[in-house]
Amino acid sequence: MSLSTAEVNKIAWLGRIAIDADKIEAYARDLSGILDFVEQMSVLDTSAVAPMAHPMDQAQRLRLDLVTEADQRELFQANSPSVEAGLFLVPKVIE
Amino acid sequence: MHNKTIAELAQGLHQKQFSSLELTTHFLQRIQEHNKRLNAFVTITDELALAQAKEADDRLSSGQSNTLTGIPIAQKDIFCTQGVRTSCGSKMLDNFIAPYNATVVERFNQAGAVMLGKLNMDEFAMGSSNETSYYGPVKNPWDVGAVPGGSSGGSAAAVASRIAPGATGTDTGGSIRQPAAFCGITGLKPTYGLVSRWGMIAFASSLDQGGPMARTAEDCALMLQTMAGFDEKDSTSVNRPVADFSATLNDSLQGLRIGLPKEFFGEGLDHDIAKLIHEAVAEYEKLGATVKEVSLPNMNLSGPAYYVVAPAECSSNLARFDGVRYGHRCENPKDLADLYTRSRGEGFGAEVKRRILIGTYVLSAGYYDAYYLKAQKIRRLISDDFKQAFQEVDVIMGPTSPSVAFRFGEKSADPISMYLSDIYTIAVNLAGLPGMSLPVGFSKNLPVGMQIIGDYFSESRLLNVAHEYQQVTGWHDKAPAEF
Repeated sequence: MSLSTAEVNKIAWLGRIAIDADKIEAYARDLSGILDFVEQMSVLDTSAVAPMAHPMDQAQRLRLDLVTEADQRELFQANSPSVEAGLFLVPKVIE
Repeated sequence: MHNKTIAELAQGLHQKQFSSLELTTHFLQRIQEHNKRLNAFVTITDELALAQAKEADDRLSSGQSNTLTGIPIAQKDIFCTQGVRTSCGSKMLDNFIAPYNATVVERFNQAGAVMLGKLNMDEFAMGSSNETSYYGPVKNPWDVGAVPGGSSGGSAAAVASRIAPGATGTDTGGSIRQPAAFCGITGLKPTYGLVSRWGMIAFASSLDQGGPMARTAEDCALMLQTMAGFDEKDSTSVNRPVADFSATLNDSLQGLRIGLPKEFFGEGLDHDIAKLIHEAVAEYEKLGATVKEVSLPNMNLSGPAYYVVAPAECSSNLARFDGVRYGHRCENPKDLADLYTRSRGEGFGAEVKRRILIGTYVLSAGYYDAYYLKAQKIRRLISDDFKQAFQEVDVIMGPTSPSVAFRFGEKSADPISMYLSDIYTIAVNLAGLPGMSLPVGFSKNLPVGMQIIGDYFSESRLLNVAHEYQQVTGWHDKAPAEF
């Protein structure tokens, strides 16, 4: 499995990660190596095996749809790089 | 005072041989003295620790105490601590002040334990050497030119150097057991679901599990007692009664059935380590255990399956770091896409980026079945292998890591060679089983750890098995000369 630099650029965009142009090739090499490593999985026929998502095959617990948390907006927004009037600020999205 | 175990310190506190304030001050002084060389702590919470120590002393004198009241411990910096920076070893969270406590932290607070500070770790727990930390690597107290292991390297180094009596760790693929082995301490990765993951910054949610790291199995039992138990806030927390882990520590090992998987002793295992594991197993035979060979035939696929499952879940979990609500934000973003991509590009280190990219790739359209689904199926086969083995034996023993602590830079240039340092620990996480590492000797003047794996929720048995060994051997008492 060998990833091209174009593929790495595409994956980086999907993952919303900026990668310096001069490092793309190194990433392509490392990621290809990792994919070669995981490729060993294909030696095994698993067509009859059920996938395992939870070690004890436990289902997710449900709870009643009730408000259980107090409003802590100010506390949580204290960590934001940019907040105004209770809103998170980002660069203009709509022209 | 720092050479005492948590159990001995608890006795000293309850018998008024010393106060928690004296004890805490002593450890804070040791941190002050040694942390510059070790880099084990990224944040020292001295004011908080002294205040908690005074409170603990009040509780101790009014009789409202329990075993851990007044005992100083340190938290891996992956656990959210209210009002205290929680960095997860990343530039991304360098400025993040957690607005709440992780359940694990809350439980230590309720027990009256004292928090000395936050411990260094591989960035977002992704690494096996501590070299991926934004704050620089932790040094191994046995040889400062060697890695402490990872990702809970700060925890292992702090306990081994006696600058903290106990520490929390987390283990997604070996991150408690491998550093415990490299630093010559005892660590336990519990059954998936035993310890709450709430407030523990997520890496791979179906594998992550917090656990204790201390000098002895007895101390791990005391810490686990505080950490374990159902938590409504963690949707994967298992609701079942928690055992009394200390009550069965001294049970006889007569008739204990030990399994040695042949796959753990094959190619790639250091000769000295194999010899020491066999010596430790011989010690168990003297204690009345029987030994037989078992097989985990799909063991060789645990690495490949892990490096699909873990990065896939990592890419999903780390999508929350967007530079908007908290964490690092780039300067002067020109638009929203630029804000996201540059904040993440600058905030994450190389290994975290590699894993996010691999995870993004294996989950992308057209690849899900070939990678993630395939890996989940292999997970089932690995889990079935263990189930089969546990029909014949009570515990499985083998090496924790194929080598002793390696040198800085030795594996950091090659991700795959770094990944292979966890080949014996990863399968345990994929199956969700509990596993321990305990010191069983030295090779090249560096500690060697033995791994003990048990069936689901067999923590009491694992701790008992480790404790009985520590009653007849002294490896866990060895301290690095320089600290």
